[in-house]
Amino acid sequence: MVATPAHLLPSTSVLDNAEVLRIRNDFPALSQTVNGQPLIYLDSGATSQNPLSVIEAEQEFYEQRNAAVHRGAHHLAVEATDAFEDARQTVAVFIGANYEEIVWTSNATEGLNLISYALSNATLWAAQGRGEPRLKELAVGPGDEIVVTEMEHHANLIPWQELAFRTGATLRYIPIDGSGSLDLEQAAEIIGESTRVLAFTHASNVLGIINPVHKLVAMAREHNALVVLDACQSAPHLALDLKKLDVDFAVFSGHKMLAPTGIGVLYGKQELLDTLPPFLTGGSMITTVTMERAEYLPAPQRFEAGTQRISQAVALAAAVNYLSETGLDRIHAWESELGQRMVAGLERIEGVRVLGPAAGEERIGLAAFDVAGVHAHDVGQFLDARGIAVRVGHHCAQPLHRRLGLTATTRASAYLYNTTDDIDQFLDAVSGVRSYFRV
Amino acid sequence: MSLDQLYQQIILDHSKTRHGSGLSETPAPDGAQTGQSHQLNPVCGDEVTLRVAVDDGNVAQVSWDGEGCSISMASASVLSEMAEGMTVDELHETIGAFREVLRSRGKIQADPEILGDAAAFEGVARYAARVKCAMISWVAAEDALNQAS
Repeated sequence: MVATPAHLLPSTSVLDNAEVLRIRNDFPALSQTVNGQPLIYLDSGATSQNPLSVIEAEQEFYEQRNAAVHRGAHHLAVEATDAFEDARQTVAVFIGANYEEIVWTSNATEGLNLISYALSNATLWAAQGRGEPRLKELAVGPGDEIVVTEMEHHANLIPWQELAFRTGATLRYIPIDGSGSLDLEQAAEIIGESTRVLAFTHASNVLGIINPVHKLVAMAREHNALVVLDACQSAPHLALDLKKLDVDFAVFSGHKMLAPTGIGVLYGKQELLDTLPPFLTGGSMITTVTMERAEYLPAPQRFEAGTQRISQAVALAAAVNYLSETGLDRIHAWESELGQRMVAGLERIEGVRVLGPAAGEERIGLAAFDVAGVHAHDVGQFLDARGIAVRVGHHCAQPLHRRLGLTATTRASAYLYNTTDDIDQFLDAVSGVRSYFRV
Repeated sequence: MSLDQLYQQIILDHSKTRHGSGLSETPAPDGAQTGQSHQLNPVCGDEVTLRVAVDDGNVAQVSWDGEGCSISMASASVLSEMAEGMTVDELHETIGAFREVLRSRGKIQADPEILGDAAAFEGVARYAARVKCAMISWVAAEDALNQAS
């Protein structure tokens, strides 16, 4: 019997183990054994596996349509350009944006650096009367404040530290409370007249918590601050409507959402992208160039200097189609169930401390935890011997770990291809960690 | 390779009962030279500060303080137990032999005659991601010795 393709099932049905087992057939990497055990992949928060449709989309591009985009009049160049720009449209629809508001990047980190450098370039341009008058409003300087949160990934912290350094602005942060939630009372005090930028993560890659975007955006709007959303852990897992969320910028990475590495997305409101100076300059982003100066194209080309990641963009569109056909709401519901199962199980194991929301409270399908007396590296090694892939370390969130009194934790993160059995085997393995290490 | 070959009994024991742990406040013998080195593995946050006192070409004291996985902690413990009583040259030779085994990706077998209890870390060489864990205190010892001489 041929299994029904996942996307042909009625979208109202909830995901269940039977369908997930069919979904797994689309992912070649998931059928392998590791250390003699069937692979249980619980590291999708770091990078996800790819379905055949994505792998084939990239291969098909190279076999049939490979050419540089936006230049050349030959057949392949037209085909490549169409595929590249169709991919942009696919991603735009996926997140509720307009086509012109999607800028390709290498990954979310590059997207955040792009915004921060475009803002400091805005500061330089405004000081010299270059560009549109509105740039003055976007300039960042001494006395201005950039606000982040204590739970940020380094990628949404360090670019802002450096922007503050370059411009003389001050970096402030919204602390977390004991449960790991952002302290909104303090946020309301910190976000004020001097705030130029508020940058925060939609969903924490460590705590699994989903931040209250609407409340934070409302605070920023009161003071005319720009809002930058790190959507790395939300775009792959839940239905995003960026227009509804009303953020000014958002970033995410393709490789965390079934696509290859090397492709990421920066969303920016069109009027902002068209006003901001570029970050990287060079070919493909100009209108007129003389030996002295250049005029730049509007967004998105304004921010896409040099030959782009064409096949990766095409593959990302295939990944987005795979997710859309499966249904983001269904994926989100399934992963929430897996996340709850993880946390409830981990909380029952002696000596295990789960970071972030307790069982029963909303979280995405991941859980970072500490095992008393056993270093995360040893936990990860122990699980690996059982074929279970997890992430160990500080997960690029050193300040958050320090705040929680830890240096390293173990993180399990699920995706649409994980079953409840994966979680149960993971929990069973974790329950054996302390006795193995004689704790 | 099984997990038990990586986590040999000696490693598990030393990771729990850490020899030389806690930086020594005992003054070094008169005329002794001291050296101290701090090493950090940014990947996992393993950290070791190791102090040596060298007296007339002999390793008179080794103490250390650190935080990290069982392999890094056991390795520092075994090192400090072995090093005291060695000459500086012997310790340098032992560090060299240990490094050679750990960097061999499992191709070079540890000689227990030379490496003693440290031969138990042989299995770590097959796990590229863990080699630095086993090496961190040995790198610190080498650096501290160079400062003390």
